Amino acid sequence: MDLDSLIPVSGSWLRGTGPDADIVVSSRIRLARNLARFPFISRADDDLRTEIETLLKSQVMELSSAPPFHYLDVADLEQIDRQFLVERQLISREHADSHGSRGVAISEEEHVSLMINEEDHLRIQVLQSGLSLDGCWDLIQQIDNQLDETLTFAFNERLGYLTACPTNVGTGIRVSVMLHLPALVLTKEINKAFNALHKINLAVRGLYGEGSQAMGDFYQISNQITLGKSEQQLIDGLKDVIPNIIKYERKVRDELVRKNRRELHDQISRAYGILQTAQTISSEETMQRLSSVRMGINLELIDDLGIPAVNELLIHTQPAHLQKLYNSELEVRERNEARATFLRRRLAERRGEQN
Amino acid sequence: MKKCRRCSKPATLHITEMREGGVHELHLCETCYQEYLDFSETPDDPETTDSSSEIAIELSGDQTLDELDQTSCPNCGISFREFRSQGRLGCPHDYTEFENELLPLLENIHGETQHCGKLPTRAADSSHRQYELIRLRKDLQQAVTAEEYEAAAQLRDSIVSLESELGLTDDETTD
Repeated sequence: MDLDSLIPVSGSWLRGTGPDADIVVSSRIRLARNLARFPFISRADDDLRTEIETLLKSQVMELSSAPPFHYLDVADLEQIDRQFLVERQLISREHADSHGSRGVAISEEEHVSLMINEEDHLRIQVLQSGLSLDGCWDLIQQIDNQLDETLTFAFNERLGYLTACPTNVGTGIRVSVMLHLPALVLTKEINKAFNALHKINLAVRGLYGEGSQAMGDFYQISNQITLGKSEQQLIDGLKDVIPNIIKYERKVRDELVRKNRRELHDQISRAYGILQTAQTISSEETMQRLSSVRMGINLELIDDLGIPAVNELLIHTQPAHLQKLYNSELEVRERNEARATFLRRRLAERRGEQN
Repeated sequence: MKKCRRCSKPATLHITEMREGGVHELHLCETCYQEYLDFSETPDDPETTDSSSEIAIELSGDQTLDELDQTSCPNCGISFREFRSQGRLGCPHDYTEFENELLPLLENIHGETQHCGKLPTRAADSSHRQYELIRLRKDLQQAVTAEEYEAAAQLRDSIVSLESELGLTDDETTD
């Protein structure tokens, strides 16, 4: 796979379609599996890791239930390319920074990725736009079922699928949804929502941020528990609660529009203006402004830009993406200038496109 | 017998927190542990939603933490101490070997200890039989390091014949 060919495009999961795509950016399901006859990765030396990778790669690349894959030898990639894949959510940071033989199989549309030799031998991931957990589950099950035909996974009847970390044992499933919640953040009601979620065993993490402060008001909600419930129950657990959060965010957005339309419109317009004309801009500020613009499009206060373009910018303005685009290593200051240049150009191109 | 860090009661829970910059150990009694849970922060890195950032072990019976730390898995060789400090297990058999300590831990994390989700097509039994291969490889590795080449050759033979017996050389050949 030529990574450079990915630079101008983005994964199908960012296209901004799918149910409730104004607030739900994407849905993701991940399964963790280990082969029964090898130790877990932390106890596997380099030779073993190579053996495991070779074996799994041959099975994965022959899957007919999955879209055609490109395989990438992560150990062999440049640091910048690994970072590039992390930014596109195709591999985890752990996978990028680890050592020893490891790889990833990626579909053309970037909606399926299988990591080999991350924390577990195999981690299958399916990403889709909007709220579409059932769609993710259907596809990931087909892949898991087919792998199960020829591979023996580590499993015991009491504890289910056995994983390197006890927090994943049982179903080995992580179900998550990425939400955009600018109104709840603006009105400081976000903590109420988090506490409610925490009480029903759902984890909330800020995306692209540190601690609980999310950059760009994007949050990922996922299940904490993987044992004692079936996969469908865990998926339903999220499906049942996400509509309430969506309703809450929409309600608060409507109130903001009703009560503070002028200030809100001004804030959004200024954010849009900055993105279109700034000469230098940090990634934190970019996230912040993009968040306002995204909300502005949803509230129809901006009508000459589409959600897919904004979703793409979230990825394309990140450090490795910029450096690959300009084909050079850039220091922070240079990156901030490059980012601003890129934003000015891209927004000029994309204006006039609508949802 | 370690004392609870917050009050002076005996500590029955031994927590290993993994943060950037290293591993931090905490020993608490049951009550203080509950408070600790209520006030604990969410982990920093938004991308590692999947890893646990702490392992809390509750001792049962008379065994001390030091004694427990010395125990290890015959298959992969990981010691309990190593598990506690890295938060990751060494092989599937560890779930059996360290069952007494892991069950309460799993109960704490998941609230349950019985899997009721999807089952793989092969019986769990065939999964267990393959764990023997993990031990054989580990022994082979040690024999080679110790330059015991005869023992190593025998182990290699055992591995090959067990793989063939388990039907692994047909289904799961490496290309």
